[in-house]
Amino acid sequence: MSQLIIDGVSGALLAAGSFLVLVGALGLLRMPDFFTRMHAAGITDTLGADLILLGLMFQAGFSLVSVKLLLIGAFLFFTSPTSTHAIANAGYTAGLRSSLAEGETGSPSAGPQPDRGEGAPRP
Amino acid sequence: MTIAYLIDMALLVFLGITAFAILKLRALFAVVMLSSVFSLVSAGLLVHLDAVDVAFTEAAVGAGISTVLMLATLSLTARREKVPTHSHAVPLVVVFLTGLALVYGTLDMPRFGDPQAPVHTHVAPKYINDTEKEIGMPNIVTAVLASYRGFDTLGEVTVIFTAGIGVLLLLAAFIREPDGVKIHTLDHHLVLRVVTKVLIGPILLFALYVQFHGDYGPGGGFQAGVIFASAFIIYALVFGLNNARAAVPGQAVRVLVAAGVLLYGGVGIVSFLFGENYLNYSVLGSTPVSGQHLGILLVEFGVGLTVSAVMVSTFYAFAGQNPSMGDEDW
Repeated sequence: MSQLIIDGVSGALLAAGSFLVLVGALGLLRMPDFFTRMHAAGITDTLGADLILLGLMFQAGFSLVSVKLLLIGAFLFFTSPTSTHAIANAGYTAGLRSSLAEGETGSPSAGPQPDRGEGAPRP
Repeated sequence: MTIAYLIDMALLVFLGITAFAILKLRALFAVVMLSSVFSLVSAGLLVHLDAVDVAFTEAAVGAGISTVLMLATLSLTARREKVPTHSHAVPLVVVFLTGLALVYGTLDMPRFGDPQAPVHTHVAPKYINDTEKEIGMPNIVTAVLASYRGFDTLGEVTVIFTAGIGVLLLLAAFIREPDGVKIHTLDHHLVLRVVTKVLIGPILLFALYVQFHGDYGPGGGFQAGVIFASAFIIYALVFGLNNARAAVPGQAVRVLVAAGVLLYGGVGIVSFLFGENYLNYSVLGSTPVSGQHLGILLVEFGVGLTVSAVMVSTFYAFAGQNPSMGDEDW
């Protein structure tokens, strides 16, 4: 019975995590500009990955594997938002402005940059 | 059609797509990022093939350090690849024919995992059967790499040493002295600085674990060296080259580059002096097995020293080229 509960909980966590990762991927493809894409990828990925790891921890029980998963989760919890922040910050420093905030800031190079990954234009 | 097969195929398809994108793109920044992705996916593939030792190195070097080095190079050169003026026909034919020849060559090879393959019938059984008795190590990969094939590994370390010296020589003419040059740091990136400070300790600790636990689990000098170096490089990236040089001077790193190879070769000389063959560690301890342990530990330490020192000094050489390397370049 308890095994059934554990399986149910971990299954739900895995499903929720996978759903978030999928949503993040969709957002990365569909969002209009750089910052909204970062938002989609960064936030959902952090929670999605951690939920998946949590689901796997329920499967592993109290074991060394769980400790390792916990460590991976902790590192992801710190590094993933940090990298999102760094990329968004680099984009802002390089002169990218959100297309949604257009008009409010009078930004130097407003409008979505059709970036195919080649980075932002130098200031 | 098992799950493992599907995972392999998915990863291979990802690799193929990434490689194709790298070929087609002219924006070099994206190419660098994609080659980092390529390395990470191959690391995943290697883990899935149970080659964890190799995957370690691939993830740390391919996805980590070489990306940083390529970005540093990129900030010195142009950001877009020139459009070639010649036609693609001749190179395409050459590549196609070479590929065909290679595929033809694989037809003679035994199937993947075939127990009758020469590689599985020649020396592998000896290693698998005798490692426990002769070396006394759970990780056969380390035993083969550092003891049975100690000569090959010495050669590899020498290759890394030579490559590092070569890079330093090529860039030496342009290395600017650190003093008097203001190198921008990511001063205002509070988040990056805090997180980096938190992470560097665990990274160094993990590198030491990989170094000295290589006898028992996946890991060893090569992996530990690159992980160790990546901790220094992330420090230099966030806190500036001057601070990194204050912590680990370039001169000291260059000494360590040679010290690692010397340690490796020196262990061989010592076993010479005890009247055994070069790099036969059995004479180093009271029993052959303890001698092997000591020898492998020292040799792996030498590998780790050289690898991390070469990585750090290469990074110093590249980063020193460009004192104005500021936020926008990273």
